[in-house]
Amino acid sequence: MRVIYTDLLCIGAGLAGERVAIEAAQAGFETVCLSLVPSRRSHSSAAQGGMQAALGNCIKGHGDCPDVHFQDTVKGSDWGCDQEVARMFVDNAPVAIRQMDYWGVPWNRVVAGRSCYYKGGERLEKEEPLEKTGLITARDFGGTARWRACFCSDGTGHAMLYTLDNVAVKYGVQVHDRTEALSLIHNGEQCLGAVVRCLKTGRLLAYLARATLIASGGFGRIYRASTNAVINEGGGQIIALDTGVVPLGNMEAVQFHPTGIVPTDILVTEGCRGDGGTLLDVKQERFMPGYEPEKAELASRDVVSRCMHEHMARGLGVKSPYGDHLWLDIRHLGREHISVKLREVDEICKNFLGIDPAEQLIPVRPTQHYSMGGVRTDKNGAAYGLKGLFSAGEAACWDMHGFNRLGGNSLSETVVAGMIVGRKIVEFLQGHEISLNTGLVRNELKKQQERINRLMSRDSGERVYDLRNRMQDILMDYVGIFRNEKDLNTAVDELREVLHRTGNLKLSSSGTGADPELALALRLPGMVRLALCVAYGALERRESRGSHARQDYPARNDRDWLVRTLACWPESRDLPRLEYEPATRIVEIPPGDRGYGGGGVIS
Amino acid sequence: MSRKLKYSIFRYNPVDPDSKPGMQEFFLQETENLNLFVALNILREVQDPSIQFDFCCRAGICGACAMVINGRPGLACRTKTADLPDQVSLLPLPGFRLVGDLSVDTGSWFRAMNEKIRSWVHTDKEFDPQEQEVCMDNRVAEKIYELDRCIECGCCIAACATAQMRVDFLGAVAMNRIARFMIDPRDKRGHKDYFEVVGTDQGIFGCMGLLGCQDVCPKNIPLQDQLAYVRRKMGWQALRRLMPGQA
Repeated sequence: MRVIYTDLLCIGAGLAGERVAIEAAQAGFETVCLSLVPSRRSHSSAAQGGMQAALGNCIKGHGDCPDVHFQDTVKGSDWGCDQEVARMFVDNAPVAIRQMDYWGVPWNRVVAGRSCYYKGGERLEKEEPLEKTGLITARDFGGTARWRACFCSDGTGHAMLYTLDNVAVKYGVQVHDRTEALSLIHNGEQCLGAVVRCLKTGRLLAYLARATLIASGGFGRIYRASTNAVINEGGGQIIALDTGVVPLGNMEAVQFHPTGIVPTDILVTEGCRGDGGTLLDVKQERFMPGYEPEKAELASRDVVSRCMHEHMARGLGVKSPYGDHLWLDIRHLGREHISVKLREVDEICKNFLGIDPAEQLIPVRPTQHYSMGGVRTDKNGAAYGLKGLFSAGEAACWDMHGFNRLGGNSLSETVVAGMIVGRKIVEFLQGHEISLNTGLVRNELKKQQERINRLMSRDSGERVYDLRNRMQDILMDYVGIFRNEKDLNTAVDELREVLHRTGNLKLSSSGTGADPELALALRLPGMVRLALCVAYGALERRESRGSHARQDYPARNDRDWLVRTLACWPESRDLPRLEYEPATRIVEIPPGDRGYGGGGVIS
Repeated sequence: MSRKLKYSIFRYNPVDPDSKPGMQEFFLQETENLNLFVALNILREVQDPSIQFDFCCRAGICGACAMVINGRPGLACRTKTADLPDQVSLLPLPGFRLVGDLSVDTGSWFRAMNEKIRSWVHTDKEFDPQEQEVCMDNRVAEKIYELDRCIECGCCIAACATAQMRVDFLGAVAMNRIARFMIDPRDKRGHKDYFEVVGTDQGIFGCMGLLGCQDVCPKNIPLQDQLAYVRRKMGWQALRRLMPGQA
């Protein structure tokens, strides 16, 4: 048995994983990050528009402070977040962004003097004061009271990830890329590491660690259409759920981003609308002000996506061979603005749609984008259920996003949570030893090897890709933006059937080496279990909150549902066991009106 | 009537003792808006589930899917089949260790490169969480970002004659990174320090100026300018070292 020992094992090497790893490495602990891909290809690199931090440097951010950021975040979450965590987050975001600046991120800066900007379709003027020149500037984003999304053109995630990976190299954080954790090694009380498959050779290894972090991002790829990278299949959530003792929080809270392009579902940033872009219908007329007179295109993502969906349902979408869509119009922002501040969008439009966004309209529709749910942790990032297991970033349900994340708050969460959870892990490592039971390690390795052997030797059975596609289609058809009991019941029934069939997968390939079909076959039953957590959690939550919109329960119900869903998966069941805990124990802002989105409230 | 495209794909699985390197042919009907990301995934799902290739963001952002497409290094995800002839040949990027078929190990290569050139901001200043950020001219920030857009896809290495002849050549990607730190006021390294890492034949003086890198860079980073800039600075530094009392 081949074993690698380290102090901290980070599963995932995107922004959250590496930020935690750096904290531990700086404190002198040996740190290994596992990653499906080279760290710089992590999905963090695809975050475009910005990172929220209440610096208040630019004139349109004047008067901003953590308190305002806090209010925006709590309202955005539709009061589903943990307010103590949201408070820690907003207070630390300015420090985290300045640290990223210190490490080398080339944030765009305040330029003194008069300049024009757009809000909706309208051209307005602003004047930046001389004394703020050269400080980090910000752009407007949805659901925020001030301009707060700090940015590097529209490659913010890329610039942050490259900077952070540079720092990881500096501090000797090891990255074992092309590896996949298949299961956690634990004894029901303590996490001791993971069984890992090398995606270059197919070999299994055991990684043993005093602390293990899950920072593997979201699970958007359980949906057929998602803005997520193809690697976002929920590997981290799956291995947590498979322990039977670690719960996943609020899995039904799935975000649909208003502007995925049609076809291909690639994201174009919220910065398009933040910078003054508008949404148009088949008549090429703006429609958002009709739904949201105050915020219009810059209401929160859940609200804008619902309005777009409704508008298309009223026959006002644009027909295409790929289904209905709407238009995003950024033509009025001008070629120079687009080529400097929306450079990725410009490239994506030209390369994937063959259109010039300075001259033509961009076809868009709401597309699965973000998983608010994930491995439930306490405010220190420690997972419920197993000592020595932590989680951060999109993989976690820390839970500052509740039922709807604000644009720019995810990039921010990665480095803020990374900083806070990293410190807590350092404290943990300073006082925590594990005793290793080699039998436990050997058993877990054996269990995973037997799964592989069974898959490689089965003569007849289900096709891996067919079942994956079936799962994705069920979620698309029945667990989308608008939900109801009938659809969700159908989804749960059909997903249970798919889950049952994943017990009989047959490979068409030999399964040797880094065989990609085997990798998917090993992952698929877990993906279907995640899909069931989403669908069953959505079925049971009989209210509408944030991104979870029930047609049969349209009001937010603070009387009965101001709670977080916790989904556990005890062995040999075909449905998760759901429990609930209060959404927040500390209440700074009692539930109230979000200021957008309408809808009733039961209090 | 849509075209039937012939794909010749390099196949070799190094961990399978029965596998022999060679080209395998596949046929697929062309559909509207088809790109190589979609085409390769259809081939894998429908015709041969064992084909290895790397996609990640599939949006031209992450750099995972670089391969040699009809003789030219490029990103597969944003290559539209409409821009290709009826026959498409796909080979793995040269210059990197083969994982299998079209998949190569860029991760180890770039990590080693980043370690060698010490690719991080060097400063004696400690981070003070209480302090405001240091001011920077926005034009400087934009200039740094221009070079920071590199996605480490490996196309510039695959297209570089020097890198193909000597395995230790750092390539345009590294020179661009050095140029990025040279213009960053936060990095306190002087030319002497940069000379230590790239003032060699493995670094800037190995470049033969063929500029295949510039031709294939999918992000259109002005690599030619960066190579010239670093060569000029390092050339002066080399001369300075020859003068007595000047190191």
